[in-house]
Amino acid sequence: MAVQLADTAPARAHTPLMAHAFKDAFLAGLVALGLFGPLIGFETIVIDGALGLTYRPMTLAVMVGIIFVGRLILNLTVWSPNRRPRISTGPTVFDRMGTTVGPAVKPALLGLAIFFPLLAVLGLGGLSESRYLIDLGILILTYVMLGWGLNIVVGLAGLLDLGYVAFYAVGAYTYALLATSAPINDFFAGLLGETFWANWAFWICLPMAGLFAGVWGMILGFPVLRLRGDYLAIVTLAFGEIIRLVLINWVDFTGGGAGIASIPRATFFGIPFNASEDGFAALFGIPFDPMHRIIFLYFVILALAMLTAFVTVRLRKLPVGRAWEALREDEIACRSLGINTTNVKLSAFATGAMFGGFAGCFFAVRAGFVSPESFTFDISAMILAIVVLGGMGSQIGVAVAAAVMMGGMEMLRNLGFLTQVFGNDFDPSLYRMLLFGFAMVAIMVWKPRGLVSTRDPTIFLKERKAVSGDHVKEGHG
Amino acid sequence: MATLDTGIPVWEADPILSVEHLFMRFGGLVAVNDLSFKVGRGQITALIGPNGAGKTTVFNCITGFYKPSEGRLVLGHGRAPTPEEVARLTLIGERGMVGKGSSVYLLERLPDYRVSGEAKVARTFQNIRLFTGMTVLENLMVAQHNALMLASGFSLKGLFGLPGWNAAQRAATEKAKYWLDKVDLTERADDPAGDLPYGAQRRLEIARAMCSEPILLCLDEPAAGLNPRESLELNNLLRSIRAEHGTSILLIEHDMSVVMEISDHVVVLDYGTKISDGTPDYVKNDPRVIAAYLGVDEDAVEEVEAEIGIDTGGHSTGANP
Repeated sequence: MAVQLADTAPARAHTPLMAHAFKDAFLAGLVALGLFGPLIGFETIVIDGALGLTYRPMTLAVMVGIIFVGRLILNLTVWSPNRRPRISTGPTVFDRMGTTVGPAVKPALLGLAIFFPLLAVLGLGGLSESRYLIDLGILILTYVMLGWGLNIVVGLAGLLDLGYVAFYAVGAYTYALLATSAPINDFFAGLLGETFWANWAFWICLPMAGLFAGVWGMILGFPVLRLRGDYLAIVTLAFGEIIRLVLINWVDFTGGGAGIASIPRATFFGIPFNASEDGFAALFGIPFDPMHRIIFLYFVILALAMLTAFVTVRLRKLPVGRAWEALREDEIACRSLGINTTNVKLSAFATGAMFGGFAGCFFAVRAGFVSPESFTFDISAMILAIVVLGGMGSQIGVAVAAAVMMGGMEMLRNLGFLTQVFGNDFDPSLYRMLLFGFAMVAIMVWKPRGLVSTRDPTIFLKERKAVSGDHVKEGHG
Repeated sequence: MATLDTGIPVWEADPILSVEHLFMRFGGLVAVNDLSFKVGRGQITALIGPNGAGKTTVFNCITGFYKPSEGRLVLGHGRAPTPEEVARLTLIGERGMVGKGSSVYLLERLPDYRVSGEAKVARTFQNIRLFTGMTVLENLMVAQHNALMLASGFSLKGLFGLPGWNAAQRAATEKAKYWLDKVDLTERADDPAGDLPYGAQRRLEIARAMCSEPILLCLDEPAAGLNPRESLELNNLLRSIRAEHGTSILLIEHDMSVVMEISDHVVVLDYGTKISDGTPDYVKNDPRVIAAYLGVDEDAVEEVEAEIGIDTGGHSTGANP
């Protein structure tokens, strides 16, 4: 009986389905016409110094057409009542792929990261030709590191931090201010030689940048201890903005909007990358090339990122890391077990902020220039998006998400071929963020818990079983 | 069992916890009204009462989740403190006094995490609160946080993998294994806690509380949602916790088969007030308890109220028509 029904049902439903699909698509088209009519149908232009109006019926028709056809196709396929939903239980293809390919991914990615400059130089046939790719590599690794840093706060401890860029800024300005400080320079000039501070500033300031950022993490942590969820997000967002506004307005100290320029460059542990007698090239007996510094910077950020990953993986298996995750799961239960949640939260904020500070210090030394413009909310949002897309709490997921997001954004800059389709007036870079937004929506629909949605247990008795994302909580703050 | 040779009950002679004149007010609502009772050392004490009687509120006060509006909660490690000691401690405004063989804590002055961390009062929750995304073993490791935190040198020793930390981690795992065995969850040690069936989650929550080495274990409705066989297992588990670890147990329970079976001492609450206090047999036959639970007709209420000295025409205690 049931089989019979299933066989006959589609045939009977055929005509009303088509009619309904058309009706629905027509209605959607009408709504689109109503919405797009004023938005796209009119364009204001300046004619002879006065404001005039032109009409764009063709563009409007194309847009409404897209809505109509798209809705119709969706009605007939995905939203069709005849479509039998595939009910899948157990791990999906991707989960299974994760467990089989998973163990090989980490070493493969690490290997790729280490040999990336070599591959780039060999593949593009020259040091200076590989500049773009290695710069891109540095950018991606910076965001990998920032993602891993924020992952401690958001992914492990479950505290939503929308102002992570503040710590990035603290790190960058710590280095910029200390390295360009005349009194410190004079002090060391008298003590250890004229060029000492310029050559060693980065290596001395790097730990200090992390330390200062960590302290700022605590300072942010204290007022938000009692806040949860949306309230925590708002306060951290405000904190990020406060730091940026202070940087803009405290002109005497930070140089204001103009920023701080001519920050000493990175050195090979005290040996500058220049063409001079005691420069890196002369000392190692190789011809001078400005790319040496860039490649060195690549390895510096790689080492910093690896340090972040190592410390995070290690901390996860320590009581403090378990307490972070327990805090994400259930704060009240934590307190009932004698865990001081204040300390747990502060340690998470401070540790996450510290790595943000390291990354900020690196940013300042790479760019040689910092200004408040570099530390807008966009950066926070981008890092948070990386963490969420990667799968909260997952190291490898965050790394892949950072590579896809930053690399993908760069790739979208090279959409020149689209001008051949849409004509020369078409500026593809304008659509970069639109495509990017679509991609993010698609990933979240398709994998709502991020690329890696399972959690790796920190300890096991007999067998290491990944914990399904269904059980893992996102945290409440 | 319940009384010493002298005829004085254990909870009077050697209380581990004395609740004295406890009040808890939420705005105009008095949830707990001048409640005093004692929990005997090494005993199982049950706190019972109809729904909304204020039992969980009392628990939340004891475990530091609520600050009582008034009252004193004296917890004595080792031996019960003398009234002079308690009076002095109350006067000098300290949270507790740590002595050699015995310590005293005034629980109402401790923040929640120190009630469990220092005063060693562990608790479970009416609606189970496990770390569902962590494995069963991890849940038990989190419970040993404070001890492990010390052993890991506040993460520094652990970060560099120094030997002291590894030994501590192994010892903690052994302890977790012992409790897994005890609650019969060894097979599921590496599964997420959220994957366990309800009864197993209840047992895990008790094991987790025990991993923090409490001297007083507070269980909020441990038998809720258990079938009769699981209730029986729970009885055995609680008895063995008391016998083998000397942990005193205070429990809230509606399941009378658990309460009457294992309790040494029962305290009955109704509308935030204590209406009966004694051995299970005494409480079972107390007319006020029967009235509160079953409801009685108006005459009987007046009779009982006259007996316990409440003005007639006040609140109609448990008088369900």
